[in-house]
Amino acid sequence: MTQVAVSPHVAAAIRIAREVAGPVANAVDKDARFPNEALAAMKEARLLSAFVPRELGGFGCGMLELSQMCEALGQHCASAAMVFAMHQIQVACLVRHGKGQPFFEHYLRDLVKNQNLIASVTSEVNVGGEMRNSICSVERQGDRFKLDKDASTISYGAQADDLLVTARRAPESPANDQSLILVSKAEYTLEKTGSWDTLGMRGTCSPPFKLRSTGGVERIMPESFADIASHTMVPFSHILWAACWLGISTSAVSRARAFVRKQARAKPGTTPPSALRLAEVSSMLQMVRANVHDVANECESLMSQPDAGTEVLSSIAFALKMNNVKVSTSTVLFDIAHRCMLICGIMGYKNDSPFSIGMHMRNALSAALMVSNDRIFATNANMLLVLKED
Amino acid sequence: MIEDIRAILKEHGRLSVDAGALAVDADLYQAGLTSHASVNVMLALEGKFDIEFPDRMLKRGVFESISSIQAAVEELTAGAK
Ligand SMILES: Cc1cc2nc3c(=O)[nH]c(=O)nc-3n(C[C@H](O)[C@H](O)[C@H](O)COP(=O)(O)OP(=O)(O)OC[C@H]3O[C@@H](n4cnc5c(N)ncnc54)[C@H](O)[C@@H]3O)c2cc1C
Repeated sequence: MTQVAVSPHVAAAIRIAREVAGPVANAVDKDARFPNEALAAMKEARLLSAFVPRELGGFGCGMLELSQMCEALGQHCASAAMVFAMHQIQVACLVRHGKGQPFFEHYLRDLVKNQNLIASVTSEVNVGGEMRNSICSVERQGDRFKLDKDASTISYGAQADDLLVTARRAPESPANDQSLILVSKAEYTLEKTGSWDTLGMRGTCSPPFKLRSTGGVERIMPESFADIASHTMVPFSHILWAACWLGISTSAVSRARAFVRKQARAKPGTTPPSALRLAEVSSMLQMVRANVHDVANECESLMSQPDAGTEVLSSIAFALKMNNVKVSTSTVLFDIAHRCMLICGIMGYKNDSPFSIGMHMRNALSAALMVSNDRIFATNANMLLVLKED
Repeated sequence: MIEDIRAILKEHGRLSVDAGALAVDADLYQAGLTSHASVNVMLALEGKFDIEFPDRMLKRGVFESISSIQAAVEELTAGAK
């Protein structure tokens, strides 16, 4: 990324990643605590509203810039990167589907001022990772609603200011006829019902909660969640997650590189055997990078078209491509980290060495289950039955 | 043709309501059609009418209602002649 000129907003994220998020990444991981410092710095740089259009006071950044920010953060603190990515996914849904809605435009102007952090409540107890099904429903009473949800995982639930929640549109709606609702801290309570003591992504602080909320009906997004998911939530999730994972991979490879260089310096004139493995892993990293940059580019140019790319975004071919970037990057991520650990040997295996790859490996393991790859493969398998790609 | 479409929706749409009684412009997704089920509906339509949905038609809007499905099938069968 260093060769390419980046926008000042991306440069700010790179600086925060290096100077603020990186130095405490081990502590965040060890204590499974929220990356407060990085989030405070991002709020100060107004990066939480980076995707908000200029007309509403934001920076008007696009998908590409967001993905570069996630990649930079991912290189230094995977949890901070993931928190930032998840927040931006929620902002993207509000920006792209709240357009022209006075309530949501007002909310986004306030977001620029207050730098509110928004968490995502899609997963539900007894539904698992099937984002397009809900058990809970919105119960309207006049111009107010009531919404309770037994949420199985809410990242930074305790730290968030607002939540975007999926639920069935009405008590009589089928499981997949869902709405997306923005609830605000003043109008909800979260009762923590479990812990978050995980292998990796520990700083995302993502335990289960019971949500109880109310609000005015203007907080229910007018479009169906099906459209919001396929046009925005899924592409933004898969690309920004993949960008975080690319950051993790880049960091693992850079540690392996440093280790091999150190070996080479110790015995000038002979190429260390580990250099061969480094050459191998560097080609894998290049593939991941090309994949992530390619889809981020494609998405950005689609979304900046006059019709906002809606035609293409709702096609099966596009959904398949978005799913492929998620499953392929999440699968190769752990492989890359593992190979880097083998290159560094015991120095990679130790938790307290400068070449440690343990945290990368643990963080990498979350990628395949953050919406189970098998679920995504099952969806793709189904779509491939009708897709011709001719 | 409408009756064939209804029969296919009944068999493969896994709707929460009776496809036979559904208005032609009723929203099938609100009636419980999932993307997974819509693929099966598509496959059954391709078999029944001996057509192939080109990729440009593989999108949500085309399977939104009985009448939108009918329009798509008519377009494809007309093209075959
Ligand atoms: C770091 C992290 C942060 C997260 N943050 C949030 C958040 O902020 N908000 C939120 O809502 N959620 C969040 N999640 C939850 C996440 O998005 C998934 O919903 C959750 O990880 C899935 O849980 P599961 O593995 O128990 O369920 P399942 O998806 O049910 O998977 C369990 C097992 O069953 C298999 N399986 C089940 N059904 C199928 C099927 N149809 N086809 C193929 N295989 C199937 C899977 O392959 C897997 O082996 C987070 C997860 C992680 C790891």
